[in-house]
Amino acid sequence: MRVRALETILTEKGYVDPAALDVIVETYETKIGPRNGTKVIARAWNDATFKRALLEDATKAVAEFGRVGRVGDHLVAVENTPKLHNMVVCTLCSCYPLDLLGTPPVWYKSAPYRSRVVRDPRGVLADFGVTLPAGTDIRVWDSTAETRFLVLPMRPAGTEGWDEERLAALVTRDSMIGTGLAKQPEDVTP
Amino acid sequence: MNGIHDLGGMDGFGKVEPEADEPVFHAPWEGRVIAMMRAMGAAGAWNLDMFRFTRERQPPAVYLTSSYYKSWALTVETLAVARGYVAPEELANGHALTSPKSLPRGVLHAKDAPGAVKRASYERPSTTPALFKVGDRVRTKNMHPTTHTRLPRYARGRSGVVDRVLGCQVYPDSSALGAGDDPRWLYTIVFEGRELWGSDTDPTLEVSIDAFEPYLEPA
Repeated sequence: MRVRALETILTEKGYVDPAALDVIVETYETKIGPRNGTKVIARAWNDATFKRALLEDATKAVAEFGRVGRVGDHLVAVENTPKLHNMVVCTLCSCYPLDLLGTPPVWYKSAPYRSRVVRDPRGVLADFGVTLPAGTDIRVWDSTAETRFLVLPMRPAGTEGWDEERLAALVTRDSMIGTGLAKQPEDVTP
Repeated sequence: MNGIHDLGGMDGFGKVEPEADEPVFHAPWEGRVIAMMRAMGAAGAWNLDMFRFTRERQPPAVYLTSSYYKSWALTVETLAVARGYVAPEELANGHALTSPKSLPRGVLHAKDAPGAVKRASYERPSTTPALFKVGDRVRTKNMHPTTHTRLPRYARGRSGVVDRVLGCQVYPDSSALGAGDDPRWLYTIVFEGRELWGSDTDPTLEVSIDAFEPYLEPA
């Protein structure tokens, strides 16, 4: 097949090392993914100092967090509140906070999402089964440069005293993009 | 360029369809495509802006009907030929037929591969002070370059407010053309939804873009 032929050519010419390609694929499949982001959100929910640092300079805060490891530069975290709901898109291609959330899902890269979310975000949220109060402001962040945006979803009620591991289980990938909300305590089996 | 990639605000693409329990890759070849793209980029064969500009120039029908990684595979092929690394007859033949061109940073080895998937810093030293500060009202230029730009059509000629000053960064419009980093100040500019989409737009909507200084003028 055509992709295999391309890899053969690049390998025969000495441009790529197939073992390096294996490592890259393995990294995407097993090392990076939304789990990294959920740890950051859970810490922010549980630690007001970390939350302030995250909203102030997310690249620095996550680098010092340790449990996730270094992430790429230019990370910005934005906080959802009862008054403001943030959503992230890349209308021009597929820019996404890959170091924290892994490779973007197909819908994030698709024409329906990229075309509509900057103009009709409530319609897009309806596609995800999410309805916001009519008075909630919506801010859509179009990732047109190398800044990557991470949404800090609202912490669900009824989770007082939960440790970070339990909290992290409430954080979904979509809640960190803004197309979903965090799970409620009753959504996760004890 | 006013290409098919610039989708913001278009109608007719239908509902967003999230996939439950989506795998990282839907087939093994998809992983090979992203790995080849990253490995060639790490070796200095091209930069990210050249990759984006090449993909944007795919025929619109191809862009819209190819899966994401199919579109990427075609982009890698096109770019490898355009940059002189692969000859068209090699693609037709499925094997190397000509001697290789040297890679600016050398081949990526397996031990360095985990680092190649991490994003680099695009910040560069500034040579001029930033023209705008947080809170300034600005207008995006009504500009239509036929080359690469990161100012989407829906946000051209619109009035907004500087929300963040993001530092001085590699300017994609130059970088895509191989004209070096050409660093420029970068800002987050926030627009009211009604400024972008008209008076019947949801009044609770705001949209922001990250815009380089050459895209902006004082309002």
